Amino acid sequence: MNLKQDKVMDLTTAINTYVKDRCHLSLGGFTINRNPMAAVYEIIRQRVKNIHLYAHSNGQGVDELIGGGCVSHLEIAYGGSGKFASTCIRFRKAVEENLLQVEDYTNYQMTLRFLAGAMGVPFLPCRSSMGTDIVNKWGFSQEMRKTSKKLPDDKLTIMDNPFSGWLDTEKVVLVPAIQPDVTIVHVQKADKRGNCRIQGLTFADAEQAKAAKHLIVTCEELYDNDELKTDSDQNQIPFIHVDAVVHVPHGAYPTACYHHYDYDPNYLKAYAKKAKDDTLHGEYLKEMIHGCQTQQDLIAKTGPEQMAAIAADPQTGYARNLDRK
Amino acid sequence: MEYTLKEMMAITAAREIKNEDIVFCGTGISMLAAMAAKNINAPESVIFFETGAIDSKLEEIPLAVGDPRVMYHTSANGGLLDSFATMQNAITGQHVVGILGAAQVDKFGNLNSTVIGDYESPKIRFSGSGGGCDVASFVPRSIIFMQHEKRKFVKKLDYLTSPGYLDGPDGRKNAGLIPGGPELVITNMGVMRFDDTTKQMYLAAFYPGITPEQILDKMEFSVDTSRAEEATPPTAEELTLLREKCDHQRLILS
Repeated sequence: MNLKQDKVMDLTTAINTYVKDRCHLSLGGFTINRNPMAAVYEIIRQRVKNIHLYAHSNGQGVDELIGGGCVSHLEIAYGGSGKFASTCIRFRKAVEENLLQVEDYTNYQMTLRFLAGAMGVPFLPCRSSMGTDIVNKWGFSQEMRKTSKKLPDDKLTIMDNPFSGWLDTEKVVLVPAIQPDVTIVHVQKADKRGNCRIQGLTFADAEQAKAAKHLIVTCEELYDNDELKTDSDQNQIPFIHVDAVVHVPHGAYPTACYHHYDYDPNYLKAYAKKAKDDTLHGEYLKEMIHGCQTQQDLIAKTGPEQMAAIAADPQTGYARNLDRK
Repeated sequence: MEYTLKEMMAITAAREIKNEDIVFCGTGISMLAAMAAKNINAPESVIFFETGAIDSKLEEIPLAVGDPRVMYHTSANGGLLDSFATMQNAITGQHVVGILGAAQVDKFGNLNSTVIGDYESPKIRFSGSGGGCDVASFVPRSIIFMQHEKRKFVKKLDYLTSPGYLDGPDGRKNAGLIPGGPELVITNMGVMRFDDTTKQMYLAAFYPGITPEQILDKMEFSVDTSRAEEATPPTAEELTLLREKCDHQRLILS
């Protein structure tokens, strides 16, 4: 736990301090929304390797991190980026080429696993997936699991309801807690000590944040310490969970950040096209990721006209009539 | 009025949705079907998303369930824990209709959206369950969208991602699942339903210009066609509302 009054640092330092080779990492956001993309790009630039990644449905962030060669193991519910990639492209390629070991859960199960981690209980029950291959087929063998102190020996287990028949339930599936070494979330507002305010859907960000040993927060707007203590019913993550606060405007770009900007359909379409071809994807990494030093360099490449087009309308929180074809 | 197959599919699904249904929808045509029901025949239905948004206004069609468009003018913007609890608890869950899609379906309505080939080293990898398996596990009714192709209507799934009736009438009970299962499968050629007793798929309707034989030809397993009737095409009013109120930007329909 870090109680410092000022946890503000630059992104390079935050990633270099907390995101190490072989670390267990989780990313906030969902498909094409509020993925911590600036942090993902910095991890790729720092060439961190063999990350064990936990995701429910992160989409773009997960796909780019896999494409950047940073991920060796993945526990996931869904790898898709909406209409732009119904299956994430580099994820698909990496699985089909056996470059990535994958373990499949459901979205609810992944969320409960983060919640269990946040609660400090070894597992939580649910009534999902009995009779399916989510239960029957394992991506990581029991042998492999036993060699890692960071993984439970079993993927999941089914148990008879100990309160026999209560709530008309005969059996439950127990899913094990996740406590990542690091979680990274991107939020609209944070103060220097780390209190966070997310606008719109929170997805599973708060559970992921509170389950982690270390938490990096990137934010659109950085506030002085007392400013978010008014209207604090709108805050989801208190400072006690936070290790680093990084001010990165457009830090979720090219994914959306509610009330700030929409996803960029042009970027996501261009990415999907390049991601399908190893040569083009290599050029993309060289030019757009390694060729930029900061997120602001990437935004400059997109240009002010497109950034204006995706700017959120103050009433709806997204870019009305944005060309999304 | 001329119509496309996509429009036929969306309207066919919309007609199954009733007032007071809570509609769980995913991306693409399932989103369009939920919006069509709300705008045409079930104005009191409630659209909700696994991301935690409930009763979104949807002035523009979202391109993902995480699209910021689902967050505007909602009853609550929560998170994944909220949405799945809504379906798992019987108080609200018994009102939920799921709309799902998949790469493969079998005769008991079980779905594969994970892999083709071995799980350990697949030929094709798909997105995976997401919330699909959760919805299919929890809710009493679901609608499945599929393209009618032999490789998609298979005798044996390569991976069972989301439960239908599992291995038959007692499948869900034996496994410990909440009662439920798919109600119908809507394809580009017709509509399949599930027999009350055997829980096996049968052909309920074929679209105008399509024959039951042509449909059987696109399936690896055979189904009963004796109950099949010609489907009612979308009306001019349905089509106008679908095009103008649900997808005026033609992001899904085009």
